[in-house]
Amino acid sequence: MHEMSLIAGLFEILEEKAREHKARSVTAVRLRVGTLSGAVPELLETAFDMYKKGTLAEKAALVTIAVPVKVRCRACGSEFEVDDYVFHCQFCGAADLEILSGTDLLVESIELETEDETPA
Amino acid sequence: MKRKDVEVYEDILKSNVAAAAEVRRRFREQGVLVVNLLSSPGAGKTTLLERLIDRLPPPARLAVIEGDIETERDAERIRAKGVPAWQIQTGGACHLEAKMIGRLLGELPSDLDFLFIENVGNLVCPAAFDLGESLRVVLLSVPEGDDKPKKYPKAFLTAQALVLSKADLVGLLPFDPERARGEALEINPSLAVFRVSALTGEGLDDLVAYLHLARAGLAAEDGRHA
Ligand SMILES: Nc1nc2c(ncn2[C@@H]2O[C@H](COP(=O)(O)OP(=O)(O)O)[C@@H](O)[C@H]2O)c(=O)[nH]1
Ligand SMILES: [Mg+2]
Ligand SMILES: [Zn+2]
Repeated sequence: MHEMSLIAGLFEILEEKAREHKARSVTAVRLRVGTLSGAVPELLETAFDMYKKGTLAEKAALVTIAVPVKVRCRACGSEFEVDDYVFHCQFCGAADLEILSGTDLLVESIELETEDETPA
Repeated sequence: MKRKDVEVYEDILKSNVAAAAEVRRRFREQGVLVVNLLSSPGAGKTTLLERLIDRLPPPARLAVIEGDIETERDAERIRAKGVPAWQIQTGGACHLEAKMIGRLLGELPSDLDFLFIENVGNLVCPAAFDLGESLRVVLLSVPEGDDKPKKYPKAFLTAQALVLSKADLVGLLPFDPERARGEALEINPSLAVFRVSALTGEGLDDLVAYLHLARAGLAAEDGRHA
């Protein structure tokens, strides 16, 4: 269960963005969770709810978006989704695939709350 | 009060990615092959390291970093073989992170050939954290069962080599090495697979040859980029 460490990394980004935009709090977080990111969406949500207490994101909800594994075959150029973890080209059988998405944890967007008088 | 949406598109592991890049840069520059060993607890990582130390005698210069939740035991096993070892006790964390390796950079000797990092025993969490290694080796031992690669795909996907460990137990347990190999290769077709027994010595010579080759590969890469 390494979701707590991952959430600590997420909060580094939240603090950075809040500072950059002179925001007082974060009210929503959208996170793209790759099938092969090694993290479980439900555990991330639980870890987020534990971590957020007393922080700038106390009122925020974490929304996770599942991202399937997408690859491109370097031999024939086909692009397709991999399920069942078989990394061979479905079209030509080649074993040389480039992974396009589905292995990482990306903060897609966040919602910030700023003071009225702050110019945009 | 005003609300606004901000697009971010940043990896939540970015601070680990940066720390790993620093570790990798430092050791590549010095021609050190850094090997990250991953497996579930008890698959035989420390025992394999003890056997590798026997087969990589001086003038090869080795050091070992041991990751465990508690105790100094594995580092002591390595020191008993005459190799310097650093123990990282994670105090509960189920994996090592690049920052933990980064903190040791000042202490580690710089004139090394091989630096082995034994990760915390766990086939899930360590797979998500790059430590700045040049080679990731995953161990799957015969008693664990030949159906494990698809259950823990990320470890097999991100490794360059697979050691089917405790090969002396093949035949005693219902483990089909070809099934384990086949499943692992479906996930990662470029995986180098070794059948190894620390008890009988089977497969150790091939693994050592592979490590030497990987280290030579580092130098070749540096030459190309220079
Ligand atoms: N039969 C057999 N047992 C082994 C082998 N390698 C390690 N073991 C045993 O497996 C247990 C766990 O080994 P250890 O190296 O501590 O595993 P680690 O937790 O992955 O570091 C010990 O009792 C070892 O003696 C092997 O090649 N064959
Ligand atoms: Mg050990
Ligand atoms: Zn193809």
